[in-house]
Amino acid sequence: MLEKRVVVCLDVRDGRTTKGIRFKDNIDVGDPVEMARAYYEAGADELVFYDITASAEGRGIMIETVQKVAKEIFVPFAVGGGIGSVDHMREVLLAGAEKVSVNSQAVRDPGIIDEGARRFGRQCVVLGMDAKSDPQMPSGYRIYVNGGRKATERDALEWAQEAVDRGAGEIVVNSIDADGTKDGYEIALTRLISTNVSVPVVASGGAGTPEHVVEVFRDGAADAALVASMVHFGDYSVEDIKRTMAGSDIPVRMRW
Amino acid sequence: MSVGVIDYEAGNLRSIETALEYLGATYVVSGDPDRLADCSRLVIPGVGDAAAAMDTLRARGLDRLILDFAGRGLPVFGICLGAQIVLDSSEENDARCLGLIPGRVRVFRPTRTEKVPHIGWNRAAAKHHHHPLFKEIPEDASFYFVHSFYPEPESGSDVVAQTEYGVRFASAIARGNVWAVQFHPEKSGRYGLRMLANYLDGAAHGDGAPAGDVQPEGARSREGDSA
Repeated sequence: MLEKRVVVCLDVRDGRTTKGIRFKDNIDVGDPVEMARAYYEAGADELVFYDITASAEGRGIMIETVQKVAKEIFVPFAVGGGIGSVDHMREVLLAGAEKVSVNSQAVRDPGIIDEGARRFGRQCVVLGMDAKSDPQMPSGYRIYVNGGRKATERDALEWAQEAVDRGAGEIVVNSIDADGTKDGYEIALTRLISTNVSVPVVASGGAGTPEHVVEVFRDGAADAALVASMVHFGDYSVEDIKRTMAGSDIPVRMRW
Repeated sequence: MSVGVIDYEAGNLRSIETALEYLGATYVVSGDPDRLADCSRLVIPGVGDAAAAMDTLRARGLDRLILDFAGRGLPVFGICLGAQIVLDSSEENDARCLGLIPGRVRVFRPTRTEKVPHIGWNRAAAKHHHHPLFKEIPEDASFYFVHSFYPEPESGSDVVAQTEYGVRFASAIARGNVWAVQFHPEKSGRYGLRMLANYLDGAAHGDGAPAGDVQPEGARSREGDSA
C-alpha cells in the first residue's frame, strides 16, 4: 500500500536556510546541506528547497547547494522558487534534484510545464500553486503569484487541471489563508484539488501539530504533507509526526 | 571491480552515480559499448518510455552489450525502466524488449483510489527471503517508486518481491545473474543503499545465480580486453 509522505520544506536565501534557528542537536542550522542530512536521517520521506534568492549570484549558489545535497541524502528532493525557464529546470535536475517546482512562471507562461514534461518526464515537473479563498471564483479559490502577493484571474481547480493536462506530475497546493497560522492545513481546498486531479497532491500551509498532518491525509485526501516550522523550531520531530500518523492507521514509512 | 552504468538518455543518472560513489564503487557512466565492455557489472537505470529506450539501446549497440554481458553470467541490475526492458515486451508503445526474463510489462489502470503514476514509498514484500538482494533488509522497509508500468514475469519463480498498488505486482525480479527492481534503490534511503550494496557484493560472490553461472572476479577473459 502506498504510504503517505512527510515532506520537509526548507527556504534558502543566498545558500543559507532562513528558518531553523531552534533546531536541535547542535546542527549548523543555517546550512541547508547539514539540515538536509539531518532530516534525511530523521526519516523525512522527501525534501523540498525553495530558493527565495532574488539575485543571479544567489541562483548559482543554489545550484552548488543542490549538488552538495544530492551527495548527502538518498531520498528524493525537489527544488523550487524562481524557476524561470526550461534551461533553469534542466540545471537544477542535472545538479541532482529529482523534481523541479514551478509556480509564478508557469502562470505567466504555462508552456514551461509542457516543455519541461516533454524534456525531462512528467515525474520531474511539480506545479506549486498559491490559492486563496474567493467566492467569486468557480471553485471558490483564486490563484495568486509572486509569493502570494499578486492576484490572478485564474481559478485554482481549473489551473490545477490544466497543469496536469499540460504535464505536471504532482501539485503542491499551498493555502495562503492557512499559511503561517499553525491552525492546520486548509482541508477543503486540499480535498477539492486532490479528488479532482489524477496526480498526487502535496498539502502545504498551516501545519502546527502532528494531528494536523493526520487530518489532511484523512479528511483532505492529500498524498503528501509539507511541514516546515513545526519541525524546524524543534516543536516536533519527523518521527513524532510519523508515529501520530501510524497511530491513526495512516500508512507511513516507519523504517529508515 | 568496475560498475558500468548504461547511459541511453533515459533520464537523469546523477542519483545512481552519487549512490555508487557513496558506496565506494568504481564506476563508468557511458553510452559507448566499448567503454563499458570491461566492466564486471552492469547497471541499467532509466526512467521514461520503453520503446524510445529500446530504440536508443539498439542504435548504440547497447542491447547487444547487455545480452552478451548476461550471457557471460556477469551481474546485470535493472532499475525502474531498466527493470522493465529486461522482459520480453512492454505494453508501452508495444515495445519489444531484451527478453532476459520471460514476461511482459503492463500499464496501471487508474482507479478511484489509485492515482497513476504510482509515486511514493511502498513496501516490497520479499517472496524469496533467501535472495541476496534483500540481505539485511527488514521486511517492513519501504522503497521509492515512480512509474506507470510494471513488470509481469511469466514465471512466479522469477518474482523476488511484490508490491500492492491496486494490483499486486512484481517489484523485484531475478533470474540467475539478472536482477531488477521497479523502485529506485538509490532514492530509498538506507535500505535502498543496502540493496545496491547487496548487488555489488552478492552478485560478486555468485549468490542468487545458478551454480557456475557467475565467474569469479578477475577470472573472465575476453579478446580485446585491456586493463
